[in-house]
Amino acid sequence: MKLLWLQASGCGGCTQSLLGAESRRGVFARLAGAGVEVLFHPAVSEASGADALALLADAADGRLEFDALCVEGALLRGPNGSGRFHVLAGSGVPMIDWVRRLAARARHVLAIGSCTAFGGISAGGDNPTEACGLQFDGAEPGGLLGAGFRAGGGLPVINVAGCPAHADWIVDTLMALAGGAFSATDLDALQRPRFYAEQLVHHGCPKNEFYEFKASAQKPSDLGCLMENLGCKGTQAHADCNVRPWYGVGSCIRGGFSCIACTEPGFEEPGHPFMETPKVAGIPIGLPLDMPKAWFVALAALSKSATPKRVRDAATADQPAMLPSIRKGPRK
Amino acid sequence: MSRLVVGPFNRVEGDLEVALDVADGRVRSAEVSASLYRGFENLLLGRDPLDALVLVPRICGICSVSQSAAAAAALAAAAGLEMPANGRLAQNLIHACENLADHLTHFYCFFMPDFARDAYAAEPWHAGVAERFRAQRGSALADWLPARTDFLRTLGYLAGKWPHTLALQPGGTTRAITATEQVRLAAVLREFREFLETTLFADRLENVAALASADALFAWAETRGDADFARFVRLAAGLGLDRTGRAADRFLAVGAYAGAGEKGSALFPAGVREGAAGAIAAFDPAAVAEDASHAWFAGDAPLPPARGETRPLADPAAKAAAYSWCKAPRYAGRVVETGALARQLLAGQPLAVDLVATRGGSVLARIAARMVEVARVLPAMESWLRAIVPGEPFCAEWQAPQSAQGVGLVEAARGALGHWLTIERGRIAGYQIVAPTTWNFSPRDAAGQPGALEQALAGLPVADGDKAPAIVQHVVRSFDPCMVCTVH
Repeated sequence: MKLLWLQASGCGGCTQSLLGAESRRGVFARLAGAGVEVLFHPAVSEASGADALALLADAADGRLEFDALCVEGALLRGPNGSGRFHVLAGSGVPMIDWVRRLAARARHVLAIGSCTAFGGISAGGDNPTEACGLQFDGAEPGGLLGAGFRAGGGLPVINVAGCPAHADWIVDTLMALAGGAFSATDLDALQRPRFYAEQLVHHGCPKNEFYEFKASAQKPSDLGCLMENLGCKGTQAHADCNVRPWYGVGSCIRGGFSCIACTEPGFEEPGHPFMETPKVAGIPIGLPLDMPKAWFVALAALSKSATPKRVRDAATADQPAMLPSIRKGPRK
Repeated sequence: MSRLVVGPFNRVEGDLEVALDVADGRVRSAEVSASLYRGFENLLLGRDPLDALVLVPRICGICSVSQSAAAAAALAAAAGLEMPANGRLAQNLIHACENLADHLTHFYCFFMPDFARDAYAAEPWHAGVAERFRAQRGSALADWLPARTDFLRTLGYLAGKWPHTLALQPGGTTRAITATEQVRLAAVLREFREFLETTLFADRLENVAALASADALFAWAETRGDADFARFVRLAAGLGLDRTGRAADRFLAVGAYAGAGEKGSALFPAGVREGAAGAIAAFDPAAVAEDASHAWFAGDAPLPPARGETRPLADPAAKAAAYSWCKAPRYAGRVVETGALARQLLAGQPLAVDLVATRGGSVLARIAARMVEVARVLPAMESWLRAIVPGEPFCAEWQAPQSAQGVGLVEAARGALGHWLTIERGRIAGYQIVAPTTWNFSPRDAAGQPGALEQALAGLPVADGDKAPAIVQHVVRSFDPCMVCTVH
């Protein structure tokens, strides 16, 4: 599977994440082993300047065969629909025009990261750069390519959403495509690969005991659950971060800070400060998905009243003061 | 005179175009253009001050922690907040991990592949260098990328993930590590040291850090076999890269790794210095102003960042003099260069001082300064890790002020980064960012002074009909540019 990668208006962080994929000989060796040949990637290819432009022009005009187009970064339609906020260097042509032409020839089109999928952080505020995703503008279908777009292979844009995307989300999607093991049923309603988006960040959360007892953190570095006060959206965000750690050990919540739902459309404008939980009458507005509110409120009240002292004390400290008790003493 | 436009400039972070006016086989003048506008400064306005910690890392995927650290520092300055010792140590470890990973990602993935180009096929060293450093396929990547992933575990433990962590807070860090995690982190650093001391240097870090002159460096490189940095030094000497790519030779640093130097100072000090002979002047944030005369922004008068503004033009073509989305920051009206060479020169590292004193800034000097910095910072990281006391606090409590100003100054891998923050009525009322590559890759200013890279490119030899002169590639990439930060 021959791959072209373009960087639009993004931070390059998904590429940095990709370079960190766990692999004995590095991510390019892993991809090559799965039959993915990277024809062009702006951060790693030798071709630069005129060579790079010629390669992209050949691909856009059909003289160079390729299979997959990965775009990383939001598509800038501004100012005033001109696309001049991002002109591909050396070409004089707006990046959105390059993307449209290349997408029309690709068998598969992948939006790498939430900027490319939905607009993401680039579309925040009043979206002064008119940023959008490849096939979504926030949660609305459409975007640069339009809701009806289908790549040559029959699939819509594959949204490898995340800010940044975990390396394995990208690598596993590419390997599945190269192996012919990826179909429309592998996408969720927002066109994200289900293998990581059908889970919730909450699954495998290291703070689960605090969550169960509603023993909540009050300030950064506290061990307690981050949902009640510090804005955590782990119970509402789709991703497998806590069962597929970063660099083998980490995740946002493992790092002691809140999930900001970076795989979701519109995460950049939560309507409240990111690190505060909006509440009505003391109850968080954003409750866990698939849970009736009355049940949540009743269970929360019950579990709060049943919280062990060990858990309650640890929730507002950065180190546990009390160890879990040992049921049986040494053998007599 | 002919005009040569080089772009898209690959293997830099972000989108870059360089236009060269060539006459008589030499670059007469250069125009460096950032061809993407992102607009973060305006996205920040009106938000809760702490939201900056979510937004600013996303300016840049490669200097994400540097952006976090600058925002956290600006918020702490606005609140008059000090962080506990563990928090400072953890922030420095997190930041150093990113900076060292960046230095080596630059070396292995961005910079060295240019020497594997067919343009050098006639050189006696080419076959070996091409096997080792060829873009995407060179054997060095199979060593570097796994070593990098292992090293990034430092961030997995201390910062949750990378890029785009929220672990760096005004009061410290969100993750108090345990004693057993401290032991595991020591193993991560130890194994990274092994990689550096075998594959990169074939020598002890302490010996590399002690290299004292250009002559010593060249002699050292002859004795280090196939060590990757030694290979570069040998071929660079042969190509004259120690005398190629001189810019303004006025260097600026804002201080790296707060509290890690003597008596609570930064590990590498702030300052401004003309060449290697000039006295070191103190860095004064008030001497910074940004000029937009040649950028696609409204407003031509230079403004200090505390009163700065970012108003992109709806019709860029209407401003004839403009050719970039990058403003032109100037220090007391002068062009400066920032980066590892500036840091090591201002820190008095003898190799950096000698290279600048004998030859001026150069491609070789910039790369050598990065490598010396790697050799100096990893031992510092080892000592910071040992100094963490599990059980002691990592984060001070704080309240964002309702009305305040703060400046956050840190050193990203590629140089000085400043965030100028104004809070009014509990919201962000002003946010201006001056990034390292904004300094180095700035366009001309109202006085017509070309930016640092523009100066470094002038005079380079360009053969007739050469569309992608290798020497231009080396000089541009020697700065390790980050264009996405530039056009925040």
